[in-house]
Amino acid sequence: MTRYAKPLLAVFFVLLLATPWIIRRAGRAGPETAQTVADAQARYGFRLIESARAAGIDVVHRSPTFDTKLAHIMPQVAAMGAAVSVVDFDADGHADLYVTDSQEGSSNHLYRNRGDGTFEDVAAALGVAALNEPATGVSMGSAWGDYDNDGFEDLLLYRWGRPELFHNDGGRGFTRVSGSVGLPAWANINSVIWFDFDRDGRLDFFMGGYYAESVDLWRLPSTRVMPESFEYAANGGRKYLYRNLGGGRFEEVSAARGLQSTRWTLAAVAADLRGSGYPDLFVANDYGVSELFVNDRGQFKEMGRESGVGYAPKSGMSASVGDVLNQGRFAIYVSNISEEGILIQGNNLWVPGEPAAGALPTYENLARSMGIDLGGWSFGAQFGDLNNDGALDLYLVNGFVSASRTESYWYDYSKVAGGHEVVIADAKNWPAMGRRSLAGYQAKRVWINDGAGRFVDVAPMVGVTDRYDGRSVALADFANRGALDVVVANQRGPLLLYRNEVAPDRAWIGFDLEGGCRPEIGAGTRCTNRSAVGAQLTLHWAGQRQVQEVSGGSGFCAQNQRRLHFGLGGTRVVERAVIRWPSGKMSEIPAPAVGRVHAVKEPV
Amino acid sequence: MIDKRYLAPVLVTLVLLVGQVTFGFLESWSRTALAIGTSLAVELALGRLYTGRWPHLASAYVSGISVGMLVRSPEFWPYALCSAISITSKYLIRVDGRHIWNPSNLGIVAMLVLASDTVASLSVQWGNTLLPMAVVWLFGAVIIHSLGRFHITLTYVGSFVAFAVLRALVTGHPFLAEVAPITGPMYQLFIFFMLTDPKSTVKPVWAQCLVAVMVAAVEAGFRLMEFVHAPYYALFVVGPTAVLIELALARRAVRLAPTPAPPRQPASSLVPALTESTNRGRP
Repeated sequence: MTRYAKPLLAVFFVLLLATPWIIRRAGRAGPETAQTVADAQARYGFRLIESARAAGIDVVHRSPTFDTKLAHIMPQVAAMGAAVSVVDFDADGHADLYVTDSQEGSSNHLYRNRGDGTFEDVAAALGVAALNEPATGVSMGSAWGDYDNDGFEDLLLYRWGRPELFHNDGGRGFTRVSGSVGLPAWANINSVIWFDFDRDGRLDFFMGGYYAESVDLWRLPSTRVMPESFEYAANGGRKYLYRNLGGGRFEEVSAARGLQSTRWTLAAVAADLRGSGYPDLFVANDYGVSELFVNDRGQFKEMGRESGVGYAPKSGMSASVGDVLNQGRFAIYVSNISEEGILIQGNNLWVPGEPAAGALPTYENLARSMGIDLGGWSFGAQFGDLNNDGALDLYLVNGFVSASRTESYWYDYSKVAGGHEVVIADAKNWPAMGRRSLAGYQAKRVWINDGAGRFVDVAPMVGVTDRYDGRSVALADFANRGALDVVVANQRGPLLLYRNEVAPDRAWIGFDLEGGCRPEIGAGTRCTNRSAVGAQLTLHWAGQRQVQEVSGGSGFCAQNQRRLHFGLGGTRVVERAVIRWPSGKMSEIPAPAVGRVHAVKEPV
Repeated sequence: MIDKRYLAPVLVTLVLLVGQVTFGFLESWSRTALAIGTSLAVELALGRLYTGRWPHLASAYVSGISVGMLVRSPEFWPYALCSAISITSKYLIRVDGRHIWNPSNLGIVAMLVLASDTVASLSVQWGNTLLPMAVVWLFGAVIIHSLGRFHITLTYVGSFVAFAVLRALVTGHPFLAEVAPITGPMYQLFIFFMLTDPKSTVKPVWAQCLVAVMVAAVEAGFRLMEFVHAPYYALFVVGPTAVLIELALARRAVRLAPTPAPPRQPASSLVPALTESTNRGRP
């Protein structure tokens, strides 16, 4: 046996070395893929056709130019600001779009949906276009919520600069009301969501800062503005929580309510994760761990570690929730950075365990096992049933800086990112980027959910082949035909509108929820904010159930349509829809008809 | 007096605890435990099989804990695989009874090359303070000095800084950008555990210093070619080369000297020559 000992060991060693290749080969064995876009609809149940220009949308985002002290790394510091939110601002039943630009002197766009498949830009006419100037900052995104319950969604525009709140005057114009709200004079906000954290029937809002609010990127006294660490930075912007007092008044209560953090926030999403009736707040931070602020009757407590989501620091850039396993519970998806051979953070899908009633569930990251962990330099991601098969799919955009196709900045980036605070925090220590790319020209991901815990990327097969630097993605049924279309805002790239053509044999159902609160209803009345943000609808069909919640913002600098859209596959019968309003009231719709949108008002 | 074989395991455990308790820098406890467990299991199995006796586990423990800290992957299997490759290489790839690669260096390079879609290496910093690094350096200096190998660490650090100056001149990048990597935790593991491995480094002190300079030089070359994991590749190239040169010189000396009597071999060993040269204190 001695003579065979070393050869046997050599064979064993070769097998060990071959293991990664074997695992890769095994992992590739998946469902058959469509060879052409034409048969994608038959194979996957849908196809996406880029149709922005045909719809009258022809806009290209432009980046800002900051203080010349940052000129050598301008492409990476001026790498955000392309954002899109869906809103029916004129309450005509057709989803409209608000799109931000970020170059100094540029205009934002409010695309009104004419209802015939085309859009018109009415931003300038309605006073919400020219909002990008060095004196007041440039846009990073927008969030819409009906803060005064008058039936028209109001606009909160956030910038690296001064945030602004615009009251929607009946869909015919906007009035700037920032002064009466007490918004900060300057803050580098990258995330805003509307939610009714105290369940008083009035929408409140959260704002998450990226750079510290003391940083004015056009007028820098020094170059020490960068994160102090790639994974443990706490020198970012502060957080704001504005409580709606009614009558157009707000008070900032972040400290009093337990929302104190100076991490570099890029995204936030609110949802009732514990079944307590109160919306909890999940915050995704760049250069650090995510934070989960548990809402205990309007008082927040950070419990990231206790829940399992707050251990491994990554580069959180997007946060969205979805009942991906049709269990009646929300999983949380957070996008991060992965670059082959350099940095494999992997995106996170935090799937909750079975919690005790009212208790905080413990989350486990199942992104890897479900096939949605590697998305490049990931940015915005949204859940939605794109093929109406009854399981939530995931659309993810990515790519940081696409410049040279042959030269990469990755090496220099990794060199400095590994350095100590005194190195990384000072922009003057960062090598010049020049024309080099950093995670550029990346392939987007359209992950379809097989309903059994596995996602498959079908992006190129269903028609998504763009390689722009994607930032913000939002889903909406723009033509009211039972299909979720996709709109993508790209940094230094065109706005893309993917029209979704779903196979006709796939059934669907939609719900437009409206809370019962009205301006004339006084405090103390039990009712839900009119936008119905926070309302949860559980749909039961064919032995399945899926929960969705009306959201006041999710993903990266984005907002989906208010409408809740459910795919049903081949099922034509729905057993019931159960709505839990933030007010605590319950509604049940027995056997709602499929193939239509149900308008449901909270009973008052 | 503590057995010197335990000094390196104590130091590497300290690095892990400081890093994890202060900043939580592990991918997860479970992954690190898997790396350590696999390393110990493979060492026990191969040691028993190929040397005929139970091996001392200090070396395997250091290898496993190094893999557990240095490998970054959302998967579990790379941790086990890297440990298995590291330990197996120690028993397989030997010249004149001596393994020529630092085991965990070889394991990590194998993973970076063969599983780059799943694996990266620890490449980020401790956090926002020098304190954890200072603690590691304090204990590291004492322990490595007591092992008589601190000169390797110091020579490499000095060489790295010198080559950082050179690279800054060549690339036009800020000096601090070029010197930044050595302030990260990965380098502390590299300079205290990999570079100083007694079984995969040459014997004379002057040669050890020369090898440290050569590692830094080759690393500088890799860095100028923009290899992110340059230090691993540099040690992977320079370490075995130096050992092979030393072995060749030893053979030459043997040829020129009177023929020595053949060594006694234990009867129960499958590969008897391994017994005396199995790594006992380094990754």
